[in-house]
Amino acid sequence: CTRYSWWGGVQMGPPDPILGVTEAFKKDTNPKKMNLGVGAYRDDQGKPFVLSCVRKAEAIIAAKQLDKEYLPIGGLAEFSKACAQLALGPENEVLKSSRSVTVQTISGTGSLRIGANFLARFHPGPHDVYLPKPSWGNHTPIFRDAGMQLKAYRYYEPSTCGFDFKGALDDISKIPEQSIILLHACAHNPTGVDPRPEQWKEIADIKRNLLVFFDMAYQGFASGDIDRDAWAVRHFIENGHNIVLSQSFAKNMGLYGERVGGFTVVCKDAEEAKRVESQLKILIRPIYSNPPVNGARIAATILNTPELRSLWLEEVHGMANRIIKMREQLVAGLKKNGSSHNWQHVIDQIGMFCFTGLKPEQVERLTKEFSVYMTKDGRISMAGVTSGNVGYLADAIHAVTK
Amino acid sequence: NIFKVPQAAPVAVFKLTQDFNNDQFPNKVNLGVGAYRTDEGQPWVLPVVKKVEKIIVHDDRLNHEYLPILGLPEFRSSASKIVLGDNSPAILENRVGAVQCLGGTGALKIGAEFLRRFYNGSNNTKTPIYVSAPTWENHNAVFSSAGFEDVRPYRYWDAEKRGLDLAGFLGDLESCPEHSVFVLHACAHNPTGTDPTQEQWKQIAEVMMRRKLFAFFDSAYQGFASGSLEKDAWAVRYFVSSGFEMFCAQSFSKNFGLYNERVGNLTVVARDADNLKRVLSQMEKVVRITWSNPPSQGARIVTITLTSPELFSEWQENVKTMANRVLLMRSQLKAKLQALGTPGTWDHITDQIGMFSFTGLNPKQVEYLVKEKHIYLMASGRINMCGLTTKNIDYVAESIHEAVTKVQ
Repeated sequence: CTRYSWWGGVQMGPPDPILGVTEAFKKDTNPKKMNLGVGAYRDDQGKPFVLSCVRKAEAIIAAKQLDKEYLPIGGLAEFSKACAQLALGPENEVLKSSRSVTVQTISGTGSLRIGANFLARFHPGPHDVYLPKPSWGNHTPIFRDAGMQLKAYRYYEPSTCGFDFKGALDDISKIPEQSIILLHACAHNPTGVDPRPEQWKEIADIKRNLLVFFDMAYQGFASGDIDRDAWAVRHFIENGHNIVLSQSFAKNMGLYGERVGGFTVVCKDAEEAKRVESQLKILIRPIYSNPPVNGARIAATILNTPELRSLWLEEVHGMANRIIKMREQLVAGLKKNGSSHNWQHVIDQIGMFCFTGLKPEQVERLTKEFSVYMTKDGRISMAGVTSGNVGYLADAIHAVTK
Repeated sequence: NIFKVPQAAPVAVFKLTQDFNNDQFPNKVNLGVGAYRTDEGQPWVLPVVKKVEKIIVHDDRLNHEYLPILGLPEFRSSASKIVLGDNSPAILENRVGAVQCLGGTGALKIGAEFLRRFYNGSNNTKTPIYVSAPTWENHNAVFSSAGFEDVRPYRYWDAEKRGLDLAGFLGDLESCPEHSVFVLHACAHNPTGTDPTQEQWKQIAEVMMRRKLFAFFDSAYQGFASGSLEKDAWAVRYFVSSGFEMFCAQSFSKNFGLYNERVGNLTVVARDADNLKRVLSQMEKVVRITWSNPPSQGARIVTITLTSPELFSEWQENVKTMANRVLLMRSQLKAKLQALGTPGTWDHITDQIGMFSFTGLNPKQVEYLVKEKHIYLMASGRINMCGLTTKNIDYVAESIHEAVTKVQ
């Protein structure tokens, strides 16, 4: 047989920008090296953190000796219910009238993908998805592959390292009616810049009849308070928006590799919710048939067991607080070094990521001269900062910006 | 409001189980969904799996961090070894790779998405995808949702003689467009339980090689069919040794009983390491926009088992237990039908292999069984042998006898 290959014309796929950072980091022999690309929480020793509530939930589950039968296509019912309650609040009128459907998904990515596929098939309006500028790198390829067009609205203001509220309102109020707008519910990725409540209110009031798609990957992780972090989502619903919502439990429960997420569609009534649910199942079945149980069971056990839920809220608060403290210490360190720049945005931004405002040349110097690894856009993961290395980081950033 | 969304029809096999669950009849029998059951009619978590799960839960070094996009490296390589054999020349030549996926479905999905983008041209949605007539009901949807416009049947099941329609199969292989993709069941064909013999596989392979057809194996029952991993992988290994570049979607749902953990592996056999590298890099991009990275629990369980000699042996014993119970139910069902003098021949029940049997019952007879006897099976006449137990087999045999004699 010949040496001919079917795949001769297949090009090498470009390296993932974030993975590339970690690969380079691994090869670096500098003992002071820092990986600030990683989008996963680290404790103050720089180690992955398995929450106690997770370990306790796992022990409870193990003791139950459950079988391994397939979950329904839409996932573990007690998980989906708890997932929706967490986002909307248990007393939400939407839940009481059963006018929403929540399916368990493969974490946030899987949720966005199902959502994108659903909109591609059923959305009657323009198939344009408006993302904030900038947005999570994976949003664009997900929606594009589902057949949607991508557009943008102004969001991040580089000159202030803050929210371009005027630009956002301006752009959003010009979006063609019935288009889809994606909003980060809290802890915007990659900038860490969130609208304030009064700003959210104005955005919600824009009368363009847009389909609002919330991506909530950090509930609890942003401010430390799950209700506060879900405020925007709940406000929009109260104001008459029948939203669609993606949730992830990767960060707030540290369940990254277990792939726990949910996709919710708020409908006009229970009957519509049933129809939507039936179609979501049709979309899910040819991708992976039904979702993995392990993480969903852990999450459900935590959310539905009062002591574990309390413990979880404490631990999530703890993670958020450590991040906030690192932000403060970084800024204090920069001030101490005599930096003349305004670093207030490091404290004002929220969640795992910080858009430092560093330029590509400065980022490159940080990596080459100090072994501090981050993505080219100047984004750092505060989760990679510890009390042990925050001083070094302040020195390094000062050195490349003075 | 915004959505004019019609109600979708429920997936038939799950609807069947739902109806079964709602049925109050005390002697009801579920011969629908494809999951193993013990002789007590209960789900069975493999003893080796229980053991390994304990190991995992007590290992404080383990965390819940993201797996790489392509999955747990040791899982991918040990899973590929299971289907291709430890000493597969292709593995030794560094031209075998894999993607950890969500079950067999997920492996088919990633393979299908890759093929649609890169096989037979670029984004060629018109490449014909051939699936057996009949086949697992989700095959069609996996390939059409990946963008393929032309999913067609190839002749497979001969209803009259209740066996393989080899002439039809080979005929379709000879007459199909070059470069067509054929989805082949590695063993324990679902739903018919009818596999080609080794000689027949050789004939199939010869035509496929000559006509430049792409082999995409679906291996959901390795070990579960005959009780032997090697025997159940014979066809896949034969194709590899014949020089095919091919895919094999592996599921560990049945042979590890890990249904709800979604453990699958897409094994890729390429011409050489360079082609393999490029293929995997593009599959990575597909994974990233589908689920980003796969779930870790199931892959950990399988990896720990496959990479420990004692646990591996124990697993093989557990697999044999399942396969043997199925074989026993097959032989007993046939014996009882023959003893009852039920019209027709029932050799196919023991000739067929794996979880399923295509009984040959027609839709009216099936309806009779469901409605009158509270025995739930698919409209196609497919039964899950695992639903049979020593306690219900007499009732089922007698009911089949009734259906065949009363309903034409």
